[in-house]
Order: sequence, then C-alpha cells, then structure tokens
Amino acid sequence: MAFATELGRAGAILWKDLTAERRTKANFNSVVAMAGLILLFFGFALGPDAKGLRSAAAGVLWLTVLFSGVLAFNRSYQLELDGNALEQLLLYPGERWTLFAGKLAANLLFVFLVEVVTIPLAGIFYHVAVPALWGQVLGVLFLGTVGFVTLGTVYAAMASRSRAREVLLPLLLFPMLVPVLIAATEATGALLIDDPMGNAGSWIRLLATFDVIFVVASFWVFPAVIEG
Amino acid sequence: MRPANESSSAVALIGVAQRFGHRWAIRGVSLDVSAGEVVAIVGHNGSGKSTLLRIVATALRPTRGSAHVLGLDVTRDAARLRERVALLTHDVALYGDLTAEENLRFAARMLGQRPSRVQLEAVLDQVGLRAVADERARTFSSGMQRRLSIARIFLRTPDVLLLDEPFNSLDADGVALVSDLVRQTRARGATVLLVAHDLQRGAIAADRVVAMAEGRFVEDAAGATAPVLGEPVPESPDVLV
Amino acid sequence: MSSVTMPESRPDRGAAAAAEPIARPKVPWWLVGLAFGTLVSGQVVGFLTSEPDRDMGHLQKIMYVHVPAAWASFIAFFIVFWASVTVLWKRNERADLLNAAAAEAGAVLTGLTLVLGSIWGRPTWGVWWTWDARLTSTAVLFLVFVGFLALRALTDDPERRARWSAAVGILGALNVPIVYMSVKWWRTLHQLQSSPSTVDADYVLGLRWNAFAFAFALAAFVTIRYRTALFALAADRRAEARALAGGSTDAR
Repeated sequence: MAFATELGRAGAILWKDLTAERRTKANFNSVVAMAGLILLFFGFALGPDAKGLRSAAAGVLWLTVLFSGVLAFNRSYQLELDGNALEQLLLYPGERWTLFAGKLAANLLFVFLVEVVTIPLAGIFYHVAVPALWGQVLGVLFLGTVGFVTLGTVYAAMASRSRAREVLLPLLLFPMLVPVLIAATEATGALLIDDPMGNAGSWIRLLATFDVIFVVASFWVFPAVIEG
Repeated sequence: MRPANESSSAVALIGVAQRFGHRWAIRGVSLDVSAGEVVAIVGHNGSGKSTLLRIVATALRPTRGSAHVLGLDVTRDAARLRERVALLTHDVALYGDLTAEENLRFAARMLGQRPSRVQLEAVLDQVGLRAVADERARTFSSGMQRRLSIARIFLRTPDVLLLDEPFNSLDADGVALVSDLVRQTRARGATVLLVAHDLQRGAIAADRVVAMAEGRFVEDAAGATAPVLGEPVPESPDVLV
Repeated sequence: MSSVTMPESRPDRGAAAAAEPIARPKVPWWLVGLAFGTLVSGQVVGFLTSEPDRDMGHLQKIMYVHVPAAWASFIAFFIVFWASVTVLWKRNERADLLNAAAAEAGAVLTGLTLVLGSIWGRPTWGVWWTWDARLTSTAVLFLVFVGFLALRALTDDPERRARWSAAVGILGALNVPIVYMSVKWWRTLHQLQSSPSTVDADYVLGLRWNAFAFAFALAAFVTIRYRTALFALAADRRAEARALAGGSTDAR
C-alpha cells in the first residue's frame, strides 16, 4: 500500500512533466532540431562518400543522441526552479526517491521520443537500411539510453542549481558516459552489419552492467543531491 | 529524554542558527509556540523570518540549535513531520504551463489523494478561481497565482500551518480569505505561524506578534506591536488579542 | 504557557574567542622528507638497477615516475570514494575536507600521468598520444576529477557542496573499473599497437621503490591540504562565533 502511494507520487511527477512539455513542445522541438543539425554537420565533416558515412553511422548516431539529449536535462529542472516549485516539491510527504523515479521516467520518455525522430533521420542521411537484427539494435538503444538518462538526471539536479550550469552538466556527465558511448557504438556498429564477429553480446552485457550499477547508485545518492 | 514542554508545545526552537554560505540568516533564536496558538513573525526583508519558517517546515536543516515541531525533530523526523505540517511558500511554486486545475491536481496526487474534477473545482471555488480552472497558471495575475498556491493548503488539514507572506499581492477579498483560513485552523486547535513584513496585516488574527531583525528576535517586540493589536481589524475581530 | 525566549547575547564569549590565535596548520615535515628522500633515491636506484632500454635508452626510465603516478592516483580515487560514502552516510564535515584534499591530489597525479605518458609515447610510438587503454582511462579519470573540482568551485553553500561532491565522488569512483574494462575491450577489438604490458624483471625494484615514494608524496599532499582546510574551518568557526554574538551579518 505504502509503496503504491510512493509510486503514485512518481507517476504524478511524470504526468506533470509530460503535460507541461506536451503543451509547449519547446523543449522537444529544439532538441530534435539540434539533433538534426548535428547529424547534418557530421555528414559535412565526414564527406559525402556513402561507404564512409555508413561505417561512421553508429558512432555519429550515439554522439547525436548524447549531444542533443544533454540539452533536455537542465530544462527538466528549470520547470522546478521557476517560481521555486522545487521547494514545494521537497515538502510533500513521502520518500525522496520517488522524485528521482518521476524525473527519470519523464526524461527517459523524452529522450526515447527524440530518438524516434532522430534514428530514421540518421538512417536516411547515412545510407543505413533497416538492419536484419533490428530487435537487438533496439535493445542496445534502450540500454544505452537508460544509462545516459540515469546519470543525466542525477547530474542535472546539481548543475541546474549551480553557477555556470550550461558548462557544468556536460563536464560532469560526459566523462562518466565513456563506457556507454564505447559499448553502445561498438554494439550498434556490429549489429548494423549483422554482427559477423559475434561481439555485440559482450558489449550489451557491459551496457547492462553499467545500467544496473548506476541505476542503483543513483537511487541511493539522489535524495542527498536533491535536498536544499 | 526531552523536556516536557518540548513535547507539549507545537513548535519549540532552542538556539537555532542558520547559515547560507558565509552569511548568517538566523543567529540564535528560541521560540515556544503552544498548540492552537497563532503567532505572527514580523520584520524587514532579510531579517531571517522566512528562513525561520522554512526550518520549521523541514525545508532547511538548522546549522545550529535544536528545532522540534509537534515533538518531532525537524532534521531526523522530517519525513514524518511533512505529513502534518503545511507551508505556504514565499514563491507561488506553480507550473506555468499547467492549468489551475492541473496544478491543484498535481499537489493532491503528491499528497496521496485522488480527487475528482468536481472536488478540485470545489477547492478552486473556495479561492475564487473556478471560472479560470482550465487556463494556464502563466496567464494569471500575481494575485490569482497567490490564490492558486493558497488553494493547495485547502487540500489538507495540517496540525501546523506555516504562512510565508500570505497577504502578498492579494486584494481585500484575498486578505479575508487568508484571515478565514487562519481563523478556521485555529478553531480546530491547530497552530499557525505566519510571517509578514507588513505589521498591520501580520497582526490580523494573531495571538502574539514577534519581531525579528538581523536574524534575532527584537526584545521590544511586544511593546512595538501593542498599538496595532489594540486597533480593531474589521475582518477578524473575534481572534484579536 | 507559551513564551519567547530571547537569546542571551554573548559579546564576552565572542570577544574571548576572537582573541585566541588559531593554531597554524602543521606541515608533516617527516612525511615530506620521507617522500622527497624516497623519490630522489628511487631515481638513483632506478638508473643503477636497470640497463638502458634496447631501443629507447634512458628514456624508458620515465616509467619510474609515470607508472607510480598512475598507481597513486588510484589511491586518491579510493580515498575520494571512501570519504564520499562517509559524507553521505554520517554527514561528516571533516570527511568532506578530506574528499576535497584527495581529489585535488588526484587531479594533479592523473594530470602528471598523462603528461609523462605523452612524453614517453613520443619517442616510443612516434606520437604524442595513443589510445592505449591505461592512458585513455587516465584521461577519463582526470576529467572526472576536473568535474568534481569544478562543481566544488561553482557551489557556494558548504553543506550542499559536501553532499554534491560526495555524490559525484561515489559515481565517479564506481565508474573507474567500468571505464578501464570498456576501453581495454575496445582497444583489443581494434588491434592497435599495444603498450608493453610486462615490465622487465630489473625494473621491478625501481618501480616498487618509486611506488612508495609517490604514495608518501600523496600522503604528504593530502595531509597538508586537509590540515589547511581544517585551519580555514577553524577561522570560519571564529567568524561564526563573532556573527552569532553580534556584529556584522557577513561572516567574512
């Protein structure tokens, strides 16, 4: 019963964040536009050769997800900082981890939606057809995104309330994401060419390990991060 | 364990000090408020009165001293206290892109309630916002936003009600609304701590007025406020001291 | 009956406290001497006990400082992890000072490891940088330390700063083995040139000697930094006593 009430609070935060976003779409539109720009610019930098673009596609896709997605996290907290809603949020009864669960769910859904637009776009720009192992590719996207968004949600809770938050968030977040970037890029790259060496499995396991460790650790540290 | 008077009083502060970075907002304050009492804390901007309220509300951990509310420690028992203490924050704490009804629904869900549309409309009616229930809070005047944040208080029946500048940007009707809220809260035996920079309005409905300056209580508080308390205030003559 | 208790003003106490001098932080000279002695003798031992490298001559001996610097930075990371957990668990103010001290030393040591590795890599591989697993992981760890220190510099409230840097310290330390594993697998997959993974037998003594030297140096740095922070904290308490006893609202 008590746990259901706590989940209800997390659900309320998810509902509130999505309702606000659905109404303005300001965040979504600018992040998607940024993602499109990054995809185009990597294309310009890499040159128009189809073969070269195809081999770079996995890496470019993940960099696009990270560089555009990072813009969403601070803004997700901006909602709470306008009118000092955060103080009120912290005064509701109940456990603090529910705040993290709600914010995490909202950010995850947001980045997944951005990916729904970005990935087909990347496929078109970089001449990648729908891979035979598309199920596994979606699995890698899911695991990579969970790791990315989990840490993004924790670090933005600090960065959004510090001075120089625009610089601080990527400075804190990106070094932590090196394993995600490597594992997700390698696994995606292998799966796009039907995983001839059978490498994808171990990268997927690494991603899963990363996710488990940091989801647990984030739920543990977040209450100390969000208060005051 | 604890002195007897601590558990019997609604709010018991002993030597409380609060620091922000290198600035001391409160510098050793002790206060004892009985259950059912209405205390107004008045003072200029930066006198530390809002900080004091936020400590009682568990929004801040006091840097020094001990603070008990309803016999519970504000740091150790914060989670349990939040069930029984409500704070009307200084800022309206609204989500501009949500409608009035949605803002209120969110607050209700965070309190573990599942109100129907009709119930929420009834609360909005109490604060005079029923007609604009489906308009975004961003489009509201500051007085309307204040009313909406007051509506959140109407969702609960706290044992300790904390009001931070509740009269800000309110018209005469709004002031009456807050006075009624204070009167009703007192009538059911709950405690009210209210902060105001405006002595006149702060003194409305208060049993006792405490003045703060530079993070301390001012000794001649009672004397300074006596004439104000003596004046009849039409909105709530029955609770004047 | 309710009453307002006026806080008694304590000008005497404040004045008395302000009059006593705060003890200056002590430099652990024995530790500094030990670190300096082992460091100097370590290089002597290193040059005497190993032949110049077949291809690289005496340049190979940069290993004597590069590798121990990397090891010492791992110790620093371990201290950060331990201090961070203590901060969140016990809300211990002193653990936060230790956290900052270890992170500063760690940033210097990882930075030193990178520079030395780069200097060694130029004659060895002909490039200033190689995507070697250890070097790349060290670069990532360096950035984690930099982020940690940047967050501290940009957060004003000491209590909040302690909690936030503890969170960053814990997450960063947890990431150390994962970063290393992922970079290593990634390297193996791409079959680039690998760094010599085994060290000649006659390098072992010099490396161990220097490992102790760097550990002593780390201990000396952290101790000095920690004591200085305690000194600053005592000064802060002094200002606090003055602020609470009356006087200016600003503690500084």
